[in-house]
Amino acid sequence: MKKYIPFSMHPDLDAFIPATAEDKEYIVQMRESSTFFKDGVKRLLKNKVATVSFIVVVLITLSAIFIPMFWPYAYDQQLGISPGRPVDPSFANLEPFEYGSTEEARIEAGEKVFPHVFGTDAAGRDYFIRVVYGARISLAVGFFASIIVLVIGLIIGSVSGYVGGKVDIIIMRIVDIIYSLPDMLMVILLSAFVGTAVEKLIAGTVLEKLGANIISLFIVFALLYWVSMSRLIRGQILSLREQEYVLASKATGAKGSWVIKKHLIPNCISVVIISTALQIPSAIFTESYLSFLGLGVNAPMPSLGSLASDALNGMSSYPYRLIIPAIVISLIVLSLNLFGDGLRDAFDPKLNN
Amino acid sequence: MNTKTLLYIAKRVLLMILTVWIVITITFFVTRAVPGGPFAGEKAISPAAQAALEAKYGLDKPVFEQYLTYLSDIVTKFDFGPSLKQRGRQVIDIIADGMKTSAVLGVTAAFIALGVGVVLGAIAALRRNKLIDRIIMVITTAFVSMPSFIMGSLLLLTFSLWLGWFPANGNQEGGLVLPIITLALYPTAYITRLTRSSMLDVLGQDYIRTAKAKGVSGTKIIFGHALKNSLIPVITYFGPMLAYIVTGSLVVEKIFAVPGVGRDFVNSITNRDYPLIMGTTIVLAALIVVMNLVGDILYKVVDPRINLE
Repeated sequence: MKKYIPFSMHPDLDAFIPATAEDKEYIVQMRESSTFFKDGVKRLLKNKVATVSFIVVVLITLSAIFIPMFWPYAYDQQLGISPGRPVDPSFANLEPFEYGSTEEARIEAGEKVFPHVFGTDAAGRDYFIRVVYGARISLAVGFFASIIVLVIGLIIGSVSGYVGGKVDIIIMRIVDIIYSLPDMLMVILLSAFVGTAVEKLIAGTVLEKLGANIISLFIVFALLYWVSMSRLIRGQILSLREQEYVLASKATGAKGSWVIKKHLIPNCISVVIISTALQIPSAIFTESYLSFLGLGVNAPMPSLGSLASDALNGMSSYPYRLIIPAIVISLIVLSLNLFGDGLRDAFDPKLNN
Repeated sequence: MNTKTLLYIAKRVLLMILTVWIVITITFFVTRAVPGGPFAGEKAISPAAQAALEAKYGLDKPVFEQYLTYLSDIVTKFDFGPSLKQRGRQVIDIIADGMKTSAVLGVTAAFIALGVGVVLGAIAALRRNKLIDRIIMVITTAFVSMPSFIMGSLLLLTFSLWLGWFPANGNQEGGLVLPIITLALYPTAYITRLTRSSMLDVLGQDYIRTAKAKGVSGTKIIFGHALKNSLIPVITYFGPMLAYIVTGSLVVEKIFAVPGVGRDFVNSITNRDYPLIMGTTIVLAALIVVMNLVGDILYKVVDPRINLE
């Protein structure tokens, strides 16, 4: 041990000896440094429930996107109806893997006919493709509604949080009021009436194909559900703005845009993504609920909710027509929720377990 | 109750009145936004009835005046006007009739949810990570994710069509059992999870350790200290639970053909019975808003530690 002399100006010469090979080994980077994102993914993959849910979501999404592309039947094609011939009733209400009369004739002639995996419905439409298409619509509505909510909430929330003052007070009062409205009743009321108004507006445009009800659903979501997202983002920005590292960054001369880019966005992005992910199942839920009440997508377009609602009438004879959409929708909502929870656990390090 | 609490309650009551007023306003102007107004294009009503309706709502007058009349009729007389599709009946009478059934349905479901949820949650917390806890958590996770209309349809299918235990129609004797179960399942699962997590939180508190150290018996700790304190978060769920039951009853009453307000509401939408839609929305919304307020005040009264904004 060397003697320590207080106030000595004499440099410690030992500190200037070149490092030995052994010393250098200490600073060798043995593993690549991990980023926040990589850490999160690793934590997420460790969570088996979340991983399985993610796989289920991906499988359902992929089949909803790709199956309609090669399936030989269309969701609105009434198989019993062919041009120039009377309606063939043998196609309506087929049990799974049954065939209509003309199809049976074709099979006997040696042709191969694609089976109706889930049978057909009362109008002679292939039920499998209707379920797939319903899942596609439910997922699409959930996804886009969440994006709309995210964009509106992000803009209003960050303006409110960053500008502050009177703007903040006014925005937050509006948020309080919308928040205290009973959301589901307002959604039902608005979609019942907005649909009629929208119908006139979009007649003849590209949007007409989508149907007035889906558009009104998006409008209703945009009107009502941005409030919790904007509250969340405002809270995040308010708390992040007061952090010491932001102060330090400003003290060393950082501009506002730098603070936003380097500190505010990276720190609240995970919270925003997680709550968007959790918004998707709730949007899907709302859509299927409205479709079940007959306020969702326009016929003949199917949605999982309207399929279940239609199936109620023939429930005693064709229970599978109710059970299939019921399972699909529960699976979608459940796995999206579980995946969202896993995402939150993995990417929100501030959350205590 | 101190002045601070009273001030808080006064503020909340004001917000509540504001909310109900906004609901009425939105309802009024949204129905007026429909092309042709709420009474146009109804071939079912005679010109005389049409004229009576227009006179009733003063549709020839300026919109703002109509709005004031509508508002004052609701506030002073609970008058929502006559129904369009159910001839000769007032909207408020239809709602009052339906409320009788719906109230039984909702209140029973709420009590079942509270009772069963608290008990299951407490059991799960006390047997943490044991088999019974795992089973309860898996089942409640499934129930929380299942939409009420799916649950109702599947219960109907299983218990009335396949097993034949209960009638499928809510009008018959015992017909309310399945609707009540359907409505209660989600809040039960939610309260179970809520009670479990708050009970686990309370069990880790210092005063529980103190009680144990003093030699207080296990049952006394659970019932006297832990359960009582872990119920506080459950009270906050009071308002949301009612909102869930009200919206859930819409589909449940549709599935089981229960003659309640929910079914009236759904039918009024499909029939385009505008006065009934407006009336039901306003009454149900007011109910939810009032119950939210009651829940919040109860929360404050039960736990004086809670800081009011």
